Amino acid sequence: MSEPRGARPQIEPQGARPQIELRALRKVYPTPGRDVVALDGIDLSVPRGAIHGIVGRSGAGKSTLIRCLTGLERPTSGSVTVDGEVLSDLPESRLRSARRRIGMVFQHVNLFDSRTIAANVAYPLEVAGVPKAQRAVRVAELLDLVGLGERADAYPAQLSGGQKQRVGIARALATEPAVLLCDEPTSALDSATTRQILALIRDLRDRLGITVVLITHEMGVVREICDSVTLLEHGRVVEHGPLGEVVGAYGSRLARELIPVPDLPLGDERSLVEVAYSTDDVATHDVLAAVADLGTQVEIAAGTIETLAGRRVGRLQLDLPADEVTAALGRLHAAGVHAEVATR
Amino acid sequence: MSWWDELANNRVIQQMLPEATYETVAMVAVSSLLTALVGLPLGVLLHATAPGGLAPQRVVSSVVGVVVNFGRSVPFLILMIAVIPFTRWVVGTSLGWEAAVVPLTLGAIPFYARLVETALREVSPGKVEAARVMGSTRTKIIGGVLVREALPAIVAGLTVTVIALVGYSAMAGVIGGGGLGALAISYGYQRFDPSVMIACVAVITVLVVAVQVIGDLTARRLDHR
Repeated sequence: MSEPRGARPQIEPQGARPQIELRALRKVYPTPGRDVVALDGIDLSVPRGAIHGIVGRSGAGKSTLIRCLTGLERPTSGSVTVDGEVLSDLPESRLRSARRRIGMVFQHVNLFDSRTIAANVAYPLEVAGVPKAQRAVRVAELLDLVGLGERADAYPAQLSGGQKQRVGIARALATEPAVLLCDEPTSALDSATTRQILALIRDLRDRLGITVVLITHEMGVVREICDSVTLLEHGRVVEHGPLGEVVGAYGSRLARELIPVPDLPLGDERSLVEVAYSTDDVATHDVLAAVADLGTQVEIAAGTIETLAGRRVGRLQLDLPADEVTAALGRLHAAGVHAEVATR
Repeated sequence: MSWWDELANNRVIQQMLPEATYETVAMVAVSSLLTALVGLPLGVLLHATAPGGLAPQRVVSSVVGVVVNFGRSVPFLILMIAVIPFTRWVVGTSLGWEAAVVPLTLGAIPFYARLVETALREVSPGKVEAARVMGSTRTKIIGGVLVREALPAIVAGLTVTVIALVGYSAMAGVIGGGGLGALAISYGYQRFDPSVMIACVAVITVLVVAVQVIGDLTARRLDHR
């Protein structure tokens, strides 16, 4: 409890045992008629100190996944290991104390309206049996940590949405968890507040070395703070990897969603070709030169060039006559530029 | 003589109204207390054992549900008469305000239990889930989260129940339960003395308003939303 904050290890070297590990995780809800498979063989590992995003449409299994990580939901098969403890094997009584190693932040914050801010943050400590005097000290520390030291005696109803979420984060951190699970933490917030909350989460990771798993449907959140990301669909992992790799991978669906280009209206006899590149492979001006070489019939209709996770990536939409597509693709490939007919 | 003088000089009112008021207050107070003591845990049980509750128990939930529904279906007048043997066994007599407490309590418990259950249902499941993630036990969640968060609504429910008990207590007068109801019926109605009737109704109104005001103030003080 009293371990000085600075003593926590920062991000550990590669190859250390992952902080969170899911192996062949399956969750099936039996319903009359047919079984609903919410999670269908998920393998996932998150290294200590990483911020890992889990994205997917609603119904993809994100919520079930996070409930399995808290032990609120028992997997049908497979294993869930958090901070060295195999949650999926623990009996309910041991699970309760294991949950103190896990902090959770909710979309709707779920503060207790009948308690003051300080009492809300103290609740998990109360549950853990921390003596009152120690609780008060820790609560003051936590509220300072999230910048709400002066609102200790306020009730949740007196706070703004962003402030409430700060309290939610302070509460989640009360028992010094190794892992912070965030379930759509900013989905109910405006964009300025979202940025503040995300900055806070990143700052806490940097200072406390905590591992963060963040569920979201907002790609902006992933771009802003995630080190790595998993795309779930129908209970399966469709794509995953460090953000830099994912955005640089040609044809990656995550890249397409993380670096979106607008949908374009298409004229008669015209086609769209999509060019994707990373400056690790080819410089922007070489790509543009290759495009310019295609002639005046080929227009750059839309494009994005961004630096994400330390990697500069670009996507261009070329609008060209339908009968020139094959030739254009051939010339672009010859110039070492990845291009394909845009799927829409 | 003005109507006020008639009220003030009415010998029945002078001699019997204070005693009758005391009896009504006493039977409502004692039965309210007992109702709260039994109805609150019963409401919690209904909520916790329901499907999706903290400790779903299909059998317990349906049995308690049926008993509560049955209790609420029996008209109070019938209940009062039907439980006379039980009242005698508990209190030793079926007459007087002490005896009236038994049917009043039995009638109010299922009513209040349902109000408690409804109040608990209004607590967002997210709060319960948050408490569980923080490692809280079910018992602690019931007291520290569910009941505590629902307390304003639980108090409001008790206010409604106490007021209903004031009304029922007047009915208890019919079978010798004493109190303002008995006074209104035996002197006001059966002996055609409208002054007594008016006086009784006035005191009951004051009681109801007082309960409502106290209940509202308490609920507001507890409500931090």
